[in-house]
Amino acid sequence: MSDLYLLRHREIQGLNQLKTYIANGGFETWKKVVTTLKPEEVMQQVKDSGLRGRGGAGFPTGVKWSFLPTNIWPHFVVANADESEPGTFKDREILELNPYQFIEGLMIASYAVQAHDSYVYFRGEFAQIAHKFEERLQELTSKGLLGDKIFGSEYSLRLHPHLGAGAYICGEETALLESIEGKLGQPRLRPPFPAVVGLFDKPTVINNVETLTNLPIILGKGVSYFRSQGTEKSPGTKIFCLSGRVKNPGNYELPLGTTFRELIYTQGGGILNDRAIKVIMPAGASSSLIPATEGALDTPMDYESVPALGAQLGSASVIVVDETVNISDLVDSTVQFFEHESCGKCTPCREGTYWMAHILARINGGKASKADIDLLKIVASEMQNKCFCALGEFSISAVLTGLQHFRADFEARVEN
Amino acid sequence: MNPFKKAHANEIERILAAYPVERKRAAVMPLLHLAQQEAGYISEEAMQEIGEVCEISTTEVASIVGYYTMFHDQPGGKVRLMVCTDVACRLCGAREYLAALCNELGIEPGGTTADGLVTIEEVKCIAACDHAPVFQSQINDEIEYHENQNPGRTLDWLKLMTASMKPNPSLEQAPKDLGRAPKDLGRAPKDLGRAPKKLGREADHE
Repeated sequence: MSDLYLLRHREIQGLNQLKTYIANGGFETWKKVVTTLKPEEVMQQVKDSGLRGRGGAGFPTGVKWSFLPTNIWPHFVVANADESEPGTFKDREILELNPYQFIEGLMIASYAVQAHDSYVYFRGEFAQIAHKFEERLQELTSKGLLGDKIFGSEYSLRLHPHLGAGAYICGEETALLESIEGKLGQPRLRPPFPAVVGLFDKPTVINNVETLTNLPIILGKGVSYFRSQGTEKSPGTKIFCLSGRVKNPGNYELPLGTTFRELIYTQGGGILNDRAIKVIMPAGASSSLIPATEGALDTPMDYESVPALGAQLGSASVIVVDETVNISDLVDSTVQFFEHESCGKCTPCREGTYWMAHILARINGGKASKADIDLLKIVASEMQNKCFCALGEFSISAVLTGLQHFRADFEARVEN
Repeated sequence: MNPFKKAHANEIERILAAYPVERKRAAVMPLLHLAQQEAGYISEEAMQEIGEVCEISTTEVASIVGYYTMFHDQPGGKVRLMVCTDVACRLCGAREYLAALCNELGIEPGGTTADGLVTIEEVKCIAACDHAPVFQSQINDEIEYHENQNPGRTLDWLKLMTASMKPNPSLEQAPKDLGRAPKDLGRAPKDLGRAPKKLGREADHE
């Protein structure tokens, strides 16, 4: 196990108490940032660190910030705590057990783009976390770490929690903004991008919880310290959420570039009942299915190597599938998810997920013919590159790769 | 008149203060959460009052309630069980767990027990995949995680929680309030014949 930066609470008991967090150096970086660094210096350090967004896209965080125009004000920062990708449970651990490091990161990001009001969009299921967050804000304000003229500077900052109510699509950043504005959580057409026309039509940065939690490390211990972990293009550590048919599921903080084998076998203890591994889903339900060959297992988990396998690292929610699983069943579960979560805005996704779900129900219910397998492929292929947002595109990843690599599994259902 | 606004005047003001003055609409979700905390669901009267606060129509408020699965426009059981059967949980036996639970309680997912105490919902991923099977419980406004479950363990917990609750049989209902919740995909819908034909033509072109 490597050193822990994001999951420090596993080494320091009670880190979710402000007293303990401060006793362990908490908010010293915040003070340093506000009292000694200019906003553009903060932005430059984050750019130099090479930190990439941990929510899924892997876009360089500092670069994302630099897109905000400096002639339109106010700016907003929104923390995306709508963690809902099936197989993802890392932000929940941070928010429950290491919440102040996340909050400190959000404060640093807000300072860097000079936002005075920042929002945290919690998924509705995190209601208790959101309530606790409100209490923490009061604590921080009473200690002078938040509010007006922080540390005697000219900088003021307020944080606001906003609670969702059960809609996966709100993790998509423009749908999230719509949801905060009190509308249906449906994605916006881009451009304009949120960096220019975002929350309440103002320039907005949206960052994932884990991304923000990295900032106190980068600004506190320095760029080269941060870059000492991970790879040249994917620096730092990442929390990998390991679930499915493994002996020890859980969150593992490891350097980016760690292999699937290390995560699944060394850290995760291998496959349940010592069965053979069949498929790796590296990015939750949105994953392409990676047949678990020796080569795939030896692939480093970073933003460059996983795409070479025809998949994405995404939020690094590694779901492990063993030899006893019929891929037609697996694909049924991912498609049901997307059918349920499709927001209904665009036709290819709304209709496509609906039909795929019904065809798969027919196949798995033993009521299909071989032509239905082709039909499934046609529906999925027709959706490709036609959906309004990534949700629709992700809904076909497992279908098309499942059919490509494991067609026999579908055929077995048809013949029986 | 306006019982919701009257009862929560301070809280409403506090919620509105988090958003720009000209963006009152942004308060609609926090206000709906507030209304639901109190009554367990959102009544038409509450929707109307919330619309007034946010300066939008009742219909627009209702569309928000209908869109987000955690908002309910019908009362449910005093204890709501939200069982995850999504990808990772399903690999760990969540569907069998849910079926056993429903069987013991004599209801279908989305249904409420005859005594009006327990509602079971089948939900999508709740970010606890490493401890499957899992459910979240909601009692009033308290939402809690329950991890590493089996039917016996869940039923014991339910017994404990409902022991001192007064039955409310008027709430017994067929599965409804499901909104966009899982449908019975086993039964093909009537209009299913339409697509294969159309798509079959496209298949010829491949």
